[in-house]
Amino acid sequence: VCACVRESVCERERESVCECVREGVLFLSQSPEAACLSAEDISPSSNGPRDDDPDDLFAEATEEVSLDSPERQPILSDGPSPAITPVTPVMISPRVDDEDEEENRDTFDIQISVSDPEKVGDGMNAYMVYKVTTKTSLSIFSRDEVCVKRRFSDFLGLYSKLASKYMHMGYIVPPAPEKSIVGMTKVKVGKEDLSSVEFVEKRRSALERYLLRTVKHPALLKDPDVLQFLESSELPRAVSTQALSGAGILRMVNKAADAVNKMTIKMNESDAWFEEKQQQFENLDVQLRKLHASVESLVCHRKELSVNTASFAKSAAMLGNSEDHTALSRALSQLAEVEEKIDQLHQDQSYADFYLISELLGDYVRLITAVKGVFDQRMKAWAKWQDAQVMLQRKREAEAKLQYANKPDKLQQATDEIREWEGKVQQGERDFEQISKNIRREVGRFEKDRVKDFRVVIIKYLESLVHTQQQLIKYWEAFLPEAKAIA
Amino acid sequence: MKQTFCVIFKKESSIIAVDSISCGPHCLMNVDLQTDATLQVDISDALSERDKVKFTVHTKSTLPNFKQNEFSVVRQHEEFIWLHDSFVENEEYAGYIIPPAPPRPDFDASREKLQKLGEGEGSMTKEEFTKMKQELEAEYLAIFKKTVAMHEVFLCRVAAHPVLRKDLNFHVFLEYNQDLSVRGKNKKEKLEDFFKNVVKSADGVLVAGVKDVDDFFEHEKTFLLEYHNRVKEASAKSDRKIRSHKNAADDINRIASTLYTLGTQDSTDLCKFFLKVSELFEKTRKIEARVAADEDLKLADLLKYYLRESQAAKDLLYRRGRALVDYENANKALDKARAKNKDVLQAETTQQVCCQKFEKISESAKQELIDFKTRRVAAFRKNLVELAELELKHAKGNLQLLQSCLGVLKGDT
Repeated sequence: VCACVRESVCERERESVCECVREGVLFLSQSPEAACLSAEDISPSSNGPRDDDPDDLFAEATEEVSLDSPERQPILSDGPSPAITPVTPVMISPRVDDEDEEENRDTFDIQISVSDPEKVGDGMNAYMVYKVTTKTSLSIFSRDEVCVKRRFSDFLGLYSKLASKYMHMGYIVPPAPEKSIVGMTKVKVGKEDLSSVEFVEKRRSALERYLLRTVKHPALLKDPDVLQFLESSELPRAVSTQALSGAGILRMVNKAADAVNKMTIKMNESDAWFEEKQQQFENLDVQLRKLHASVESLVCHRKELSVNTASFAKSAAMLGNSEDHTALSRALSQLAEVEEKIDQLHQDQSYADFYLISELLGDYVRLITAVKGVFDQRMKAWAKWQDAQVMLQRKREAEAKLQYANKPDKLQQATDEIREWEGKVQQGERDFEQISKNIRREVGRFEKDRVKDFRVVIIKYLESLVHTQQQLIKYWEAFLPEAKAIA
Repeated sequence: MKQTFCVIFKKESSIIAVDSISCGPHCLMNVDLQTDATLQVDISDALSERDKVKFTVHTKSTLPNFKQNEFSVVRQHEEFIWLHDSFVENEEYAGYIIPPAPPRPDFDASREKLQKLGEGEGSMTKEEFTKMKQELEAEYLAIFKKTVAMHEVFLCRVAAHPVLRKDLNFHVFLEYNQDLSVRGKNKKEKLEDFFKNVVKSADGVLVAGVKDVDDFFEHEKTFLLEYHNRVKEASAKSDRKIRSHKNAADDINRIASTLYTLGTQDSTDLCKFFLKVSELFEKTRKIEARVAADEDLKLADLLKYYLRESQAAKDLLYRRGRALVDYENANKALDKARAKNKDVLQAETTQQVCCQKFEKISESAKQELIDFKTRRVAAFRKNLVELAELELKHAKGNLQLLQSCLGVLKGDT
C-alpha cells in the first residue's frame, strides 16, 4: 500500500506507487543532483511536473518503475537502489539479541526533546532549525546532556540512512514526519499568523516523537548514525540521499519491482504466523485510517464549535446590553461570559483531540506502512533464495551437459559456478531465516509498544475529557444562581 | 397537562411507525397561561403525513357560546396562518400585540436525509444502517415536537388574551369541525403581500422617524428597534453553534463505530480497551446530542420566539405611529378646512375618528408593551434556569461515565 495517507486515492492495495505520487514524480535514476531537492530550500524553477495536490508537490521522491517499462530492474538485484549508498547486508548484524533487549528495556534511560524552532535565512531559502536536547545516562553517549541544532532535512537524512541499513533485515524503522510544501512556504514567507505557528508546533512535536521512537529501538539506539545525529555539533548535509521524504524512502526501498515479485511469485508460506500477521496489519491499517479521518473531522468541528460559541457569546452580551430589565440584562451578560469560557474549553479540547489522538493515529498509519514494508522485504528475501536455487539447478544441468561435450576448461568454470551458487543458495536460506526471525521479534516489540502507546494516549485523552466536563460543571453552577436571581 | 401523540410518517409505500410519546406542557414561552378554566386550548395529537401536518386542536371551555364543553377539531398549518392574518387585518385589534404566527413545519431537510439513507442502504453494514435510521427518526421526531409546540403556543396566547379570545374567527377555528377551506395564498396574492410589506417597511421607517411626545412610547420605540436586531443576531449565532455541536457529536458516533471494529479485530490486549472506549463514546455521544437538543429547545427556540414577538411589538408601535401621523394630518386638514371654511364638517369627523383611533391604540398599546416585558422576563428566566440545570445534568452524567470508564481502564493495566 502506498505510504501516503490519502486512503481514498490508494484503492489498489498491491501497488507500491499510487496515483498521487505518480503525478509528482522525480526520476532518481537519472542523476543524483536531480534528486537533490529539499522542501525547505526549493527554488521556484525546480524540475518535476507539478501536482494538483500541494502537499505532495515534490514531497515524494520516488523511482518510477512502471510495470511495462524497459528500465525495470531485474529481479535478482543486490540491494536497494543505487541512489542510496548501501552498506552490504552481511557486515551489519543485529547488535542486540533477545536477552540483551530485555535488559535494555529495563534500563532505558534517555530523554529527547525537540524545541526552540528558529527561522534561519530569508525568503524561499529560509528554513527552520530545531534544538535537539538529549539527556541520558547510557554509556554509549559521550556526555550526559547534549544539545545540537538540526533542520528538517537532517531528520529525513537520518531516516533514509537507517532505512537503507536495516529495513531489508526486517527491522521496523520508524518513518520520519511528512514534508509539507504549503506549511513550510507560509513559514518562509514570514506569515506570523496562527496557522504557521501551529504548523511549526505540529512539526516540532512530530520530530520529537520520531526521535523518541527511533531510540526506543534497541538496535537503532546504538547505530552510529543515530549517535552522530544526536551528539555531533556539525552534521554533514544529507547530500546523496538529499532530503527525500520518509514516504519516498520507503517507496524506494520497497521498489516497484517488488510489486512484480509479489504478483508473479506466489510464496509458499510455510509459516501461518506470517500470513495471519499480514492480514491483521492489513485490517488494522484500514481501521486506523478510518479512525484518523473521523478524528480529523472531529478536530475541525470542535474548532468550529469554539468559534461559533465565541461569536454567540458576543451576541448574547450585546443582547444583554440592550435589554432594559436590569436583572435579566445582568443574567444575559453572565451567560455571555459563561459561553466565552466554554469557547476556550472547546478550543483546548480540540487541541487535545489533535495532539493526543489525531497525531498518534497518523504516526501509526505511517508505522504500519513500515511494518508492511518489512514483510515485503521478507518475501523479497524468499524470492532471492528461490531464484538462487533455480540458478544452481541450471548450472548443474549445464555442467552435466559439458561433461558429455568434453571441454575441460569450460567444465572447470561450470564447477566453479556451481560452488558459487551453492554458496548463494545457502546464504539465501540463511538470510531468509534471519529476516523471518527478526520480523517475529520486531513485530512482537512493535505490538507491545503499540499497546502501551494507545493505552497511555487514550487514558490521557479521557482525562482531558474529564477535565472539560469538570470545568463545564463549574461554569454552569456559577451561572445558575444568576439565572434564578432574575426577578 | 399531559399530551400524547403518535407520529406516523409514510415513506413511499412503507410506514415507519414511531411509538407514541407523551410530553409535558408545551407552553415554553409563557408561564401563566393554563390557569383560566373558562377557555383552555391545547394540541392533543398530531399526525405527520408526506407534506402536511394535521394538528388536533382540543378545547375545554365553560363559555356559553360553544355548543359543548369539550371538543376537538383537526387543523392544518394554513388555517393557523389564516387565523393570524385575520387578527392582523382587523382594525379593532390594532392596539394589541398580535401573537406571532407559528412557522411553517419544515421537514424537508430531515426527509431528504431519510431518503438519502434509504438509497445508501446497500453500502453500509446493517448495524450502521439501523443506527443512522434511529438517529434520523429521532431528529424527525424532535422537529415534529417543536412544530407542535409552536402551534400550541400561538393558540395558548390567543386564548389567554382578554380580547382576542373572544374573536369570532377564533371560535370558528376551534369549533367548526369541517375543513375551513382556507387555501394557501396563490402567486398573485403572495406578490401582493410582498409589495405590501415593502410599502409597510418604507412607511415604517418614516413613521419611526417621527419623534413621539410620550416618553414611554419613545423609549419603547428605541428599545424595541435595537432589541429586535440583537435578538436576530443572537438567534442566528446560537443556531450555528448548535449545528457545530451536532456535527461534533456525529463525529464521535463514527469514532465509536470504528473503535468497535478495531476492538473486535485486535489480537492484543487492546481489544478490550477499544471495546470499552467505544462503548463509552456511544454513551457520551448520546449525551452530547442531548445537550445540543436542549440548547436548541431552551435557548435557540426562545430567541427565535422573541424575535417574532418583538417584531409583533414593533408592528404595534408602527400601527400606533401610523395612527398618530394620521391624527396629526387630520388636525392639519381640519385647520386648513376651517381657514378656507370649506368641508369643515367632514374634516371634523375625520379628525375625531383619527383621534379616537389613536387614543384607543395608545391606551391598549401601553398595557400590551408592559405585559410583553413581563412575559419576556419570565420566559427568559424560566428558560435560562432550565438551560443551566440541563447543562449541569448532562455534564455530570458525562463526567460520571468518563470517570467510571477511566477507573476500569486504569485498573486493567
